[in-house]
Parts: sequence; C-alpha cells; structure tokens
Amino acid sequence: MFRYLSLIVKSGLRNRRRSSLTILSIAVSLCLLGVLMAMYRALFLSDQPSPAQALRMIVHHKVSLTVPLISAYEAKIRQIPGVKAVSAYQWFGGVYKDPKNFFARLAVEPDEFFKLKSELQMPEEQRQAFLHLRTGCIAGVTLAQKYGWKVGDRITIVGDIFPFNAELTLVGVYNDPEDTDTLYMNQEYIRQAMQNTTRADQIGAFWVQADNAAAVPEISKAIDDEFANSPYPTKTESEKAFALSFISFLGNLRLFLAAICGAVTFTILLVSANTISMSVRERVREVGILKTLGFTTGNILSIIVGEAIFIAGAGGALGSLLAAFLVGGVKKMPMTAGFFRDLAFTSDVAAAAMGVALFIGLVSSLLPAWGASRTSILESLKYTG
Amino acid sequence: MAIPIAYNLRNLVVRRTTTLMTALGIALTVAVLLAVLALVSGLRTAFRSSADPLHILVMRVGGTSELNSVITNDVYQSLKVKPGIAVSPSGEPLASLEVVQVINLPSVDSPTGMNVTLRGLTTMGVGMRHLRLVSGRWFAPGQREVVVGKSTANRYPGARMGERIRFGKGLWTVVGVMDGGHSALNSEIWGDLGQVASDYNRQDGLSSVLVQAQDKASVPALMQTLDDDQRLNVKAITEQEYYDRQTISGAPLQALGIFVSIIMAVGSSFAAMNTMYAAVARRATEIGTLRVLGFSRASILFSFFLESLLLSVLGGLLGCVLALPLNNVETGIGNFMTFSEIAFNFQVTVPIMVAGVTFALLMGAFGGLLPARMAAKKEILTALRET
Repeated sequence: MFRYLSLIVKSGLRNRRRSSLTILSIAVSLCLLGVLMAMYRALFLSDQPSPAQALRMIVHHKVSLTVPLISAYEAKIRQIPGVKAVSAYQWFGGVYKDPKNFFARLAVEPDEFFKLKSELQMPEEQRQAFLHLRTGCIAGVTLAQKYGWKVGDRITIVGDIFPFNAELTLVGVYNDPEDTDTLYMNQEYIRQAMQNTTRADQIGAFWVQADNAAAVPEISKAIDDEFANSPYPTKTESEKAFALSFISFLGNLRLFLAAICGAVTFTILLVSANTISMSVRERVREVGILKTLGFTTGNILSIIVGEAIFIAGAGGALGSLLAAFLVGGVKKMPMTAGFFRDLAFTSDVAAAAMGVALFIGLVSSLLPAWGASRTSILESLKYTG
Repeated sequence: MAIPIAYNLRNLVVRRTTTLMTALGIALTVAVLLAVLALVSGLRTAFRSSADPLHILVMRVGGTSELNSVITNDVYQSLKVKPGIAVSPSGEPLASLEVVQVINLPSVDSPTGMNVTLRGLTTMGVGMRHLRLVSGRWFAPGQREVVVGKSTANRYPGARMGERIRFGKGLWTVVGVMDGGHSALNSEIWGDLGQVASDYNRQDGLSSVLVQAQDKASVPALMQTLDDDQRLNVKAITEQEYYDRQTISGAPLQALGIFVSIIMAVGSSFAAMNTMYAAVARRATEIGTLRVLGFSRASILFSFFLESLLLSVLGGLLGCVLALPLNNVETGIGNFMTFSEIAFNFQVTVPIMVAGVTFALLMGAFGGLLPARMAAKKEILTALRET
C-alpha cells in the first residue's frame, strides 16, 4: 500500500471540500468520543491511587454515611495492628452565604490529619495555627482563590446538619496534588458546640491511615469485624472506593457513557461510509482506466481503503487534539470538578481514539472498495455516474 | 415560481442509500438528545407530582432537606395550633410530624446497595397524601410494619410484599405496596412514627412537619406566621418548592447529555453538508436545465435548502422512533438532597419529540445553506456543460 502513498494523498486532496468536511465531521465526533472515553477512564478505570492515598481508608456506618458512629471507636481503631493514624472525618455541611456555594467542609483532628495527608503542602506557621486554634480552618488554593479568601479572613458557615453556625478563621491555605477544593475545620469546635447533647460523642466517619498499602484490605476487615456485632456496625473502604461510591449516585453512569460512545461511533461510521461510497461512485471510470494501465484488483482495493484510512486518520488526529483541549476545559468546570479529579487525555485514551478512527476508515471503505475493484474494465468505462 | 416539492422527494428516493445514511446520522444525534430530555422530564414529573399546592413543609432554620432538619415534639405542639391550618373532619389540625432516615438496600442495579428514604409518620400523615394501596394494607401503629412505594418494590428485591427488611434495631415486615402515581413517594418506605423514631433514638429530635393550609389563599399567610415565630425557629416552604429544588439532581446528567448532543449535531451537520454538496455536484446538468426552463436562482436556492430540510426531518423522525422504546422505562438516580435514590420513568412526550425534530431541522438548515447557495450561483452554460 505504501507504494501508492502519493496516489492516495493525491486522490484524497482531489475533492478538497468533501475531504475537509469529512475530516471535520470525523474530528468533531472523535473529539467527543475522546472526551467521553477520558471521562470513563477517570471514573471507572482510573489508574492507581497516589502512594499517600493508597494508605488511607474511610470508616463509616454500614447503612449509610448519614448515620453517625460514636467517638469511642477512635481509640479502638487505633489499637488495631497496622493502623498509623486515625482522625475524625466529619461532614459539616451547612451553607456558605448561598446554598449554591457548594464545596466540601470537613471537620478533622489537625494533628492526625497532618499525618494522614502527608502530601499536603502548607507553611509551617500555618500548620501550627491550625493545630492550636479551635476555630481555625484551612482551605485549598483553588477554593481560596474562588472566594477571594486570605489568611486571617472570617468565614461563617450556617449550620444545617449541626444546629449552630461555625464562625471560622482562615489560618492557612494548602496545596495538594489531588484536591484543592476542600475546607478543613477542627473537630474540637463541633464537639464543644454540641456539648451536653446526645450528639456530642457522635462522629460521622473516621479517616484511617495504614502503615503500608498492602495491609489496607486486612485492616479494613479487622475494623469491620471489630464492630460487626455492636449497635453501630461499620463499613471500611479505601479512600478511592469511597469516592467512587458517590459516583454510583449519579445513576447508571457507566451504561449512560457506554451507550453514548456507541451512538457516536456508529454515527462516525455512517458519515465515513457515506462519504467513501460517494467518492467511489464518482470514480468508477477512473478505476477502469487504472485497470487498463495494469493495476490489479488488490492494488485498487488498497488504494481506496488507504484513502479512507488517510482521511479517517486525519480526522482522528484533529479530533484527539480538540479533545485534549476540551478535557482541560471540562476539568475546570465547577460542577464536575469534584468527580473528574483524575480526568486527563492520556496517551492510552488518545491511542484508543486513533484506533477507532483507523478502524472506521477500514470498515467503512471495505464494501465500496470491494465493489469498485471488482467492476470489469468495460463496465466501468461505460459508467456515466 | 417554486420548484415542486415532489422533485426533492424523488431525488431523496433515488439516492436512497446516501439519504438513509445521512438521515440515520442525524437520527442518532436526535435520539441522544431525546433520551436526555426524556430523563429530565421524567425526573421533573416525579418531583412535580409529589407536591400538593396546599401542603407546606416545615423544617428547622438552615435545614435544606428533611434529612438534615431536626424538629422537636414541643415545637410541633405549638406549631399545629397556628391559624390557617386545615382541620380534619374529627377536628384535629392537619399537621403531620415526621421522621426521615436513610437505609441501605441492595437494588437490581446495584447489588452493593443503594440508599432508600425511610419515613416514619402517623395515620394522619398517610391520610394527607391521598395515596392508593396497590396491595396489602397500611402499617398498624405501634407495629414493626412498613408499606413500600411501588418503585421501591420493583427495584429492591428485598423489599417486596411479605418480605422482611432488617434496619434500625431489627426486622420489619412489608405489609403493603402503595402507588403514588409518578411521584417521588414511590421511592420511599413508610413506617409508624413512634416505631421508626425509637429504632433510631430520635424520639426527641424528629425531622419535619407537613402542614395543610385551609385553602390556597391562606398559604402565604400561614408560611409567614410560622417563619415569624422566633421561638419555633423554623422555616416553612411550599412542598412544591421543596421538590422543585431537588430536580437539580438531574443536572449533571442533563449537562453531559446536552453537551454531547450539541457536539454530535455539529458533526452531523458537516455530514449533511457533504451529502448536499454531492447532490448539487451530481445534478449540475439538472440545475442548468431547470434554469433554462425559467426557474429563478431563488427557487433553485430554496429547492435545495428545502431538500436538506426534508432530509433532516426524516432524520428527526427516525430519531424519535429510536428514542420511543425508552418511554416509560424505569430508572433511578441518586438525589443529592435526600441522599437516597429516586426512581422515575423516562418520558418521551410530544413536546420533547417536537424539540428533537426542530433540532434536526437546525442541523439540516446549517448543512444545507451553503450547498444550496452554490447550486443557485451556477451559471447556466457552465452547469449544462458539467458532467
């Protein structure tokens, strides 16, 4: 086929308008396919958690995250072999100015929290301030930027799950390779505010760190076994699995994405097959001439298929490029940011997109090419379009 | 004079393979859009039909959903005597104190378990909703019995009629299945207020109060009275508004779906353009002949544009056919406000199909305009000479 490369390129460029429209059409669809595949990968096939994340687990009530555990569990979890650090992991909820301002607000125990989040970057004096100020809070850089917060600012979160308003002072802004959208506050603040109520010793969940990643399944089981017969049975999940359980909340997203990917692929196949057969039909006479010149059926077949692959490949490359840009945009969207933290147009997604493009070029051209290459010389020369 | 529409129709039939392929491309795009719109419409209906215009939901100030609101019995006692609340035939004010919890059950879609809303309420609360029982009977006060919504019964094998469910402090028997029409109540499980509250140690902190106003006119005044009473520290909203806010649960899927259909539409328009350019190129002689016969450039332009529109309408209708099997299919998505699953049916309604065909027409218009202009601009002599 490579012998005829220049012929392939020439015939591809002959009807420039058609070729560019086809390339554009394939590019747009493939760009979409690329973005969807990147989403699918980020959600369901995402690569290994970071080394620090692989050590972390979340312990919550077996029934649901909304049912609290009791704070006495903390000491018991700490005694389980292999557990390095344990902190409260309390969803504070509440409203910051307007219900639309949605971001995660978590109450933790600062000293244990710094052990758990070893990857967190923050100046030492800010760490000290968070450790010592009961009403202190720290925010990720993205979050602080979004609301224009500076260290020292007062932040009031109106309580809903908790019947009090948290009057917080921002004492630090952290950077973290995985998440810069969370506000952390001190669990001690909640405990004191809830003193003398039944909820003083309740904790939503615990954040646990193992001393090595391999021990995580074993520790999870040990924790769940410990509390299996208590009034508050637990479910311990790796941090990654915990995050994924929220995604299942969006409905059957896996099916939704797969169905759309299927529809898009089929649409490109139609578009491409349509164009190829249009261009082959126009060229029946030419095929007759090529045959007269001594080109074999196989030669002609490979020239036509080659042209289709050339066009689809160009569309695929352009589409992948567009998708790479678009993925960056989707990642920045505030609504999706939490779910698509791992979203990236990686080389394997790009390879898959190109693979689909080339496959479509091949499949869509085979039938018209087969028909054209088998037309006899006389018949094709007689053909008038 | 206009070129007869039959000319375009015949042309589409003659090139039937190309026509069908292009139309199918448009059809798939339309089908994706329709699926998304049908999902959002079904979800909206589920929430809309959950609300009674006379109902007011009372939660604690700051509570955004029943799940994170706490109302004590004392508050309830002073709240139910407020003026403007409707009275039952037996003379009791129609105000229902309720407790809402979330329980986890394995569902057909998710064997590891999905969250379901559990509501504890009294016979009065049941009566205020006017629901019909599909089978069985209502739960008896003081018994560990529950009635499940029909979607819950469908989607959770462990919660069918006669089954026993384990939650709270022990086993509960399913004694009835209720039908809430299309409403969100179909996705709930109901039990006796006292029993549910004691299983979750919530006797002193229940969730919300559902109040029925005397008539439509008294709704705003009653809400004002409730909000103004500082001792109660509650916030009243209409049931309608409460459910409207929850429609936001469908927003991520809606955003994704619309994003996908717009990009697909751009791709399909290019394909339609390609097809129309080919049609113009193949019919150069015809165009020349038409001009010789006296048809103006404008009528040629209009004729080709119309042909593109016809092609896209065909695609739009095909798309409707493709999306129709989705109608009434039951599915569920997580409700971020109640932390539990809401079941609903896809609704492929007529307005949605009209929207789909309009969307197809837009693709056809975008794809057809340039080729039609090219056809109109052809000079008679050169057109006739082209082969």
